[in-house]
Amino acid sequence: MSAGSVPSGYEVNDPGYPTPQENYLTNSKGILSWAFTLDHKRIGMMYLIGVSSAFLLGGLLAIGIRLHLFAPDGVLFNNALFQWLAPDKAPNDIYNQVFTLHGAIMVFLFIIPSIPAALGNFLVPVMLGAKDVAFPRLNLSSFYLWVGGALFFIMALLASGLDTGWTFYTPYSTTTDSSVILATTGAFILGFSSIFTGLNFIVTINTMRPPGMTWFRMPLFLWATYSTSIIQVLATPVLGITLLLLIAERTLHIGIFDPEYNGDPVTFQHFFWFYSHPAVYIMILPAFGIISELISVHSHKRIFGYRFIAYSSIAIALLSFIVWGHHMFTSGMSPITTIIFSALTFTVSVPSAIKVFNWVATMFKGSISLTTPMVYAIAFIFLFTIGGLTGLHLGTLATDMHLHDTYFVVAHFHYVMVGGTVVAFLGGVFHWWPKMVGKMYSEVGGLLSAALVFIGFNLTFLPQFILGSRGMPRRYATYDPEFAPLHQMSTYGALILGVGLFVALFVLLMSLLNGKKAPANPWGGATLEWNCTSPPPFYNFERPPVVGDPYEFGDIRWDTELDRYVKVEPKRERVPVETPAETPAHASE
Amino acid sequence: MATTDAGLASDAHEQPGHGHSDHGHGDHDHPSYLAHHFDTPEQQFDSGKLGMWLFLVTEVLFFSGMFCAYAIFRAWRPEVFEGCSQFLNTKLGAINTGVLLFSSFTMAWGVRCAQKEQHKLLTAMLATTLSCATVFLGVKAIEYSHKWHLGLLPAGLFSYDPSNPHPVGGPNYLAYICAPFALITIGVAIWLVVSFLRGAKFQLECAKPLMVVCLCFFVGVGLGTILESGGDEGHHEDDHAVVASADGTAAEHGDDPSHADGEEHAEHVEPAAEAVAGLPAAGAMSNDSADLAVLERLASDATNTGLQDELAARKAQSERSGGGILYDVSDDASATVASAPENVLRPSRAGVFFSIYYCMTGIHAIHILAGIGVLVWLLVRSIRMDFNRNYFGPVDYVGLYWHIVDMIWIYLFPLMYLIR
Repeated sequence: MSAGSVPSGYEVNDPGYPTPQENYLTNSKGILSWAFTLDHKRIGMMYLIGVSSAFLLGGLLAIGIRLHLFAPDGVLFNNALFQWLAPDKAPNDIYNQVFTLHGAIMVFLFIIPSIPAALGNFLVPVMLGAKDVAFPRLNLSSFYLWVGGALFFIMALLASGLDTGWTFYTPYSTTTDSSVILATTGAFILGFSSIFTGLNFIVTINTMRPPGMTWFRMPLFLWATYSTSIIQVLATPVLGITLLLLIAERTLHIGIFDPEYNGDPVTFQHFFWFYSHPAVYIMILPAFGIISELISVHSHKRIFGYRFIAYSSIAIALLSFIVWGHHMFTSGMSPITTIIFSALTFTVSVPSAIKVFNWVATMFKGSISLTTPMVYAIAFIFLFTIGGLTGLHLGTLATDMHLHDTYFVVAHFHYVMVGGTVVAFLGGVFHWWPKMVGKMYSEVGGLLSAALVFIGFNLTFLPQFILGSRGMPRRYATYDPEFAPLHQMSTYGALILGVGLFVALFVLLMSLLNGKKAPANPWGGATLEWNCTSPPPFYNFERPPVVGDPYEFGDIRWDTELDRYVKVEPKRERVPVETPAETPAHASE
Repeated sequence: MATTDAGLASDAHEQPGHGHSDHGHGDHDHPSYLAHHFDTPEQQFDSGKLGMWLFLVTEVLFFSGMFCAYAIFRAWRPEVFEGCSQFLNTKLGAINTGVLLFSSFTMAWGVRCAQKEQHKLLTAMLATTLSCATVFLGVKAIEYSHKWHLGLLPAGLFSYDPSNPHPVGGPNYLAYICAPFALITIGVAIWLVVSFLRGAKFQLECAKPLMVVCLCFFVGVGLGTILESGGDEGHHEDDHAVVASADGTAAEHGDDPSHADGEEHAEHVEPAAEAVAGLPAAGAMSNDSADLAVLERLASDATNTGLQDELAARKAQSERSGGGILYDVSDDASATVASAPENVLRPSRAGVFFSIYYCMTGIHAIHILAGIGVLVWLLVRSIRMDFNRNYFGPVDYVGLYWHIVDMIWIYLFPLMYLIR
């Protein structure tokens, strides 16, 4: 269909391509214009680069773990190179430090800020139809807090490593010689970064919605971000005080957690998981939001059960606060407490399942385009379902007694965190990449990366379910020879997964060099971000966006002449928005 | 924390201030205090206010961890908390409570002044609030330094010796605490003089209230010193000294009406027990019928231990001073009254009370310091007459913050000082 067949009284709304000066990437130049930017899109891009670097570092550590576990007695850290690098450390000590830093970096530096801070920062105001987040300076300061926290982690890595596991359990964390204080200070700072991001989004979504953007016209990504932000604001301060008390425990021996001074280590576990269990929903909820967008847009079909998905996000956010005890079934809680926590844990599966059913129902009879983001989204549904269902095994008291602290747990949370969050993150990056940089990537390359990630991931972690149920404990540097074949499968899988991720990186970077110019709406999406040019202008919209149904695809048509999607809208008067002659606010400081 | 508060509040105001005048649409529909990305001043105010409330939620949760620790350990060893609480000076705590309540009142009045454009009064109210904050810190300095001197420290550093409650010598902690404040005061004084000599009117206007604020810290220190020496805690120790030396003629203070309840016990105390115990809490209780119930509870509690335990405790204490490790494993049902004070004051038990005390009041004090930082920023802006009936957000937000800091203290005071 071409623009010619538009009914009378309607017009084709085609944002076209941006001119260079109205594009947020190019409207001001120089490194300082980035370092002091208050533009949420630039801050989002800086986060994207930052969290990707952290992902790379954590990923390399993961490869190190898998290579070491290739043989029962360990391989990699027995190598002469490591003995030369760290002569005073046994291979097992190096292994302990590597898995600890892998966990800590992945959790605190990558997964928690990945979707909310990187994609969220870019997308929340645009999807909402706002010019920026409510507190742009706070937004920039939370990015720099993230950088500061990352520096502390790197210092910990360089100083004497960290070998407590990412959970910092006392009493070991109060007695070990490794850099616990540096790492906990880093996590404390990162906590504040996360709190400020969450606070900013809650306020933005509450007060910055333009006329017409009602709560139930918000894209589901915003609902997911809002739920995430609630957890960030409510749970993270408790982690902050816990880590502060841990630092005080190490320096002043305050005797709250340290049994040497009459403290109670189980109290630390309660405090820690009161944050860290909700934190796993900080990691997965925004992924749910991305998948809701991806499935709907690439099936070109209205999302099924919009309100159920929206409310289930909020339900998960609230339920997340009352299930932390399931991490501690074997820590010596009273039997009645464990039973209550086990029962509460099952309730979380209800809203999670609601989402999965709704996504599948959305795809049913949809006109599915198997684009890269869609393939990632389908992979997500598959992997998250496995991850979620195996979570029920662990939430069940009796089976958890057997499976606790085995590879089954490792496989479960990697299915949720990597198979869920990371796959959704990649899908989201591929989905919004044209919007972010204004370039299309190679679809073949993207699909190849999705296939490699999917195969590599399953090969890595499916064997670990079997390992765990056969009794292979987690965090061990060596193992019985009978486990060797499964461990070797896992290592091969990790290498394939690593290659897949590098392919994804390569495809995205190549698009910057030789990618085709991206149209405003490459996928035929109906949410507001597809109404502005790719990349968006400094203040996001050339004229105030008309807020409609975010999942109404009927008025979005493929225009064969223009070779892109356009929106057929009722005619309206064009009111140009004042575009500030002077651009980013760093100039005004 | 000061910077984050300032960042939060300042985000909501005049972000690209001169950007407007530069490109010439700083007209009536987009006043200078309205940031570009907001449509109306109401939207800006609502955003800032919601942001501040959310920040306060995080503050409450931040403290909630410590309140939990308090609840857990108090439930675990109520006698330790009751015993150790006697080392806190109720008079100083009460004075500080009053000071903070008054500062909340002046802060709230300040918000009203900002809304009514009473610039002079707003400045006066902010300066009063600030002065209360520094008085609070001055009193706190006396409390802290006194306890450090006695060795009433967190578990790992706890070195209070009941047989020698008045250690001689040791570092002058009060001087260490006061030194940075003294430096700041001198700095402000120099600033005041220089701006007076140079005739810099605005700077002089700023320096004058700040000078008062700085001096109020030392008013607090003075107030604390006077009340501390006349306070109940001091009296206990005086009494003990008297009791010990006068060998049983302890009643000499009994006629003083200003004495706190604690020392009334001291009148009845057996001198020998007093000399051994050397502390007000349990030693003083021993013959008082009013406290017999408490003692019976202490004795019947299986976790309160007997002579054997006392021996273990002393051994462990000497081990600790030699760098050893203390494991608190004793559970002997044959508790005796005489051993109760020893148990209360075992570093592994009393120390945890003081750990929690220092964590909670210390982090509260850090919040006061942050509040001082933000209030100074408000004071300068109020002297610059930045606020008007349409734009008073920052005063309002800082007011909210100040009230929560006050409210946390309102909970801390009874939980720490008034549980005996």
